[in-house]
Amino acid sequence: MNAKKNSIIDEVTQGEYKYGFVTDIETEVAPKGLNEDIIRFISTKKEEPEFMLDFRLKAFARWQKMKMPDWAHLNIPAIDFQDIIYYAAPKKKKELESLDEVDPELLKTFEKLGISLEEQKRLSGVAVDAIIDSVSVKTTFSDTLAELGIIFCSFSEALRNHPDLVKKYVGSVVPYSDNYFAALNSAVFSDGSFCYIPKGVKCPIELSTYFRINAANTGQFERTLIIADEGSYVSYMEGCTAPMRDENQLHAAVVEIIALKDAEVKYSTVQNWYPGSKEGKGGIYNFVTKRGICKGANSKISWTQVETGSAVTWKYPSCILAGDNSVSEFYSVAVTNNHQQADTGTKMIHIGKNTKSTIISKGISAGFSNNTYRGLVRIAKSAINSRNYSQCDSLLLGDKCGAHTFPYINALNRSSIVEHEATTSKISEDQLFYCNQRGIDPENAIGLIVNGYAKEVLNKLPMEFAVEAQKLLSISLEGSVG
Amino acid sequence: MLSIKNLKVSINEKEILKGLSLEVNAGEIHAIMGPNGTGKSTLASIIAGRDIFNVDSGEVIYKGKNLLEMAPEVRACDGIFLGFQYPVEIPGVSITNFLRTAMNEQRKYRGLEPITAKEFFAKMEEKKKLVEIHSKLTNRSVNEGFSGGEKKKNEIFQMAMLEPELAILDETDSGLDIDALKIVAKGVNSLRTENNAFIVITHYQRLLDYIVPDFVHVLYEGKIVKTGGKELAFELEEKGYEWLKN
Ligand SMILES: Nc1ncnc2c1ncn2[C@@H]1O[C@H](COP(=O)(O)OP(=O)(O)OP(=O)(O)O)[C@@H](O)[C@H]1O
Ligand SMILES: [Mg+2]
Repeated sequence: MNAKKNSIIDEVTQGEYKYGFVTDIETEVAPKGLNEDIIRFISTKKEEPEFMLDFRLKAFARWQKMKMPDWAHLNIPAIDFQDIIYYAAPKKKKELESLDEVDPELLKTFEKLGISLEEQKRLSGVAVDAIIDSVSVKTTFSDTLAELGIIFCSFSEALRNHPDLVKKYVGSVVPYSDNYFAALNSAVFSDGSFCYIPKGVKCPIELSTYFRINAANTGQFERTLIIADEGSYVSYMEGCTAPMRDENQLHAAVVEIIALKDAEVKYSTVQNWYPGSKEGKGGIYNFVTKRGICKGANSKISWTQVETGSAVTWKYPSCILAGDNSVSEFYSVAVTNNHQQADTGTKMIHIGKNTKSTIISKGISAGFSNNTYRGLVRIAKSAINSRNYSQCDSLLLGDKCGAHTFPYINALNRSSIVEHEATTSKISEDQLFYCNQRGIDPENAIGLIVNGYAKEVLNKLPMEFAVEAQKLLSISLEGSVG
Repeated sequence: MLSIKNLKVSINEKEILKGLSLEVNAGEIHAIMGPNGTGKSTLASIIAGRDIFNVDSGEVIYKGKNLLEMAPEVRACDGIFLGFQYPVEIPGVSITNFLRTAMNEQRKYRGLEPITAKEFFAKMEEKKKLVEIHSKLTNRSVNEGFSGGEKKKNEIFQMAMLEPELAILDETDSGLDIDALKIVAKGVNSLRTENNAFIVITHYQRLLDYIVPDFVHVLYEGKIVKTGGKELAFELEEKGYEWLKN
């Protein structure tokens, strides 16, 4: 509209990535490339039971027959899977007794991010399973949790100490054949988190994991498995920030959640992988398969996500509502700026009777970015009297970005109700001026308006996360006025 | 405090203000009246810093500074407040959060620490009583779903909270019932000091029964064509604007 406004748009949309730095921790690295030997190498390295290697090899065989999906609204350069290092771990030191024994470099990194383990442990009562370059470095609060019979540990530890649980549930929600990236992950996953809440136990603290990609050119393949046994409850959080990188980094995680009868799982993520430079160079490729199953009657799974990072995000946290009267919710804020691309959404598969799902998706696009919502609501014939409510809102900042909404609805019975609402809006000049007139500068005004727009979702986050998420939203839009 | 000289303003080549001059001193209340579309809101926007207009000539000096060079948020921090004719909605942003952000930005500009939560809420309570606005309203998002009258009342509430030096009220009385009108007037009168000034844009003489102006100006086709005292408002009410042509 005029030069001044454009320069404000540019300024805000071109804010530098605030968490760009690299930590130097000795890593043990597998040779580049992917073949059966590498998979055996990973499995051996981790001293895994036979069934796990089996699973990996089957997944690999399957993956080789699959093709990378290209149907999403994304523009991704070809990925050379032979040019990736599939395993890198901080050199194993002896088991750590206290935080004092943790690599000071690592502690510094967490401090820069404002998440010092020490503080986390003392102040917020959050048990932190910190993962750097795919291997758990430190688990805190495990004693408190152990008393309740709660298992919260790295995936490798679970394989060692609770192989039966892992064997029973791994791949039961996301089979290795599910999709290209799930197959890849199943073949090469390095580590991740495992969580089991026993019957009738309400987990008294928010379980939280921080991920970071650290070694150069290392793909990151995390695997998370959460099992909530009958009548149990857990709130689980996962968040990340990553160091500045020039090469693209592939990230293909799998998360599986199982909620048995009367159980409830709340899963929250704040995702802030390095999005690439202003020009669209570098940045993380984030291809994630997250799925939960409400297996038992009256169970509940809710996904809350705030997505601000990555060059490319491809992610659809989904839920299978198998148990009668089960409930699932999906709350999402996805921000794209500069040249970021996001294709996110959810799938709600209703199978049980009287099942209920809610989808609230808020997309925010700025710069030259593209933000797509893709949702599927499927009501099976058996899912009588089921309900879905979907609301997909898009907010545009500037006129060079895009927002797309693709809701797919497939209802196979007549007793169910599916509602869908969608809106697209812009931050108006009038709104900005109104804020300016009260003394709020354009940058803060955008932060305020965007946080207001995303409030419904942010309110669903645990307190500790909500504050961080609000800051992230403002940071990632620094510079964008529309 | 505010000195406007021979101001010419246009938008898309269309001239709206055609050589307007106005002097406002601290302690004064000025009323501006005039037919629809003559440029009253445009004048208010120019003072507040809306950048969609072109200033073709003239000057605006505020507290000795060239106002036209200042960003709108700087003007606000420096004491200028505009009560909008059409306040906008900001979904999801509570009035409390909005005002606290605004107040702290203004304090920062003046070199003050952020207001403490306790002080802020005490001030909210005090001003809520003053303009008789309910928590039911202030707990909601800024103007979202407000009735016309509620929006106007919210503008006065914000003015009361921010305590500006120069407040421009653009048809704040339109859409208000008689009780609300009295409350708005009460708000203005109780905020009035020797150090601040008000420009009240209105179509109705009635408001001026409650807010007694020192000057009444008639803005007609982009210029102030007549200035008088309170009695001018009665004359306008009786005769309309036709007689002021040329
Ligand atoms: N953004 C704009 N684009 C084009 N014309 C505009 C714009 N804003 C104002 N104008 C025009 O400028 C003239 C003055 O408008 P302004 O809003 O200042 O009038 P006003 O005196 O406040 O009227 P009212 O009493 O109806 O509020 C009108 O003819 C209006 O159509
Ligand atoms: Mg007007």
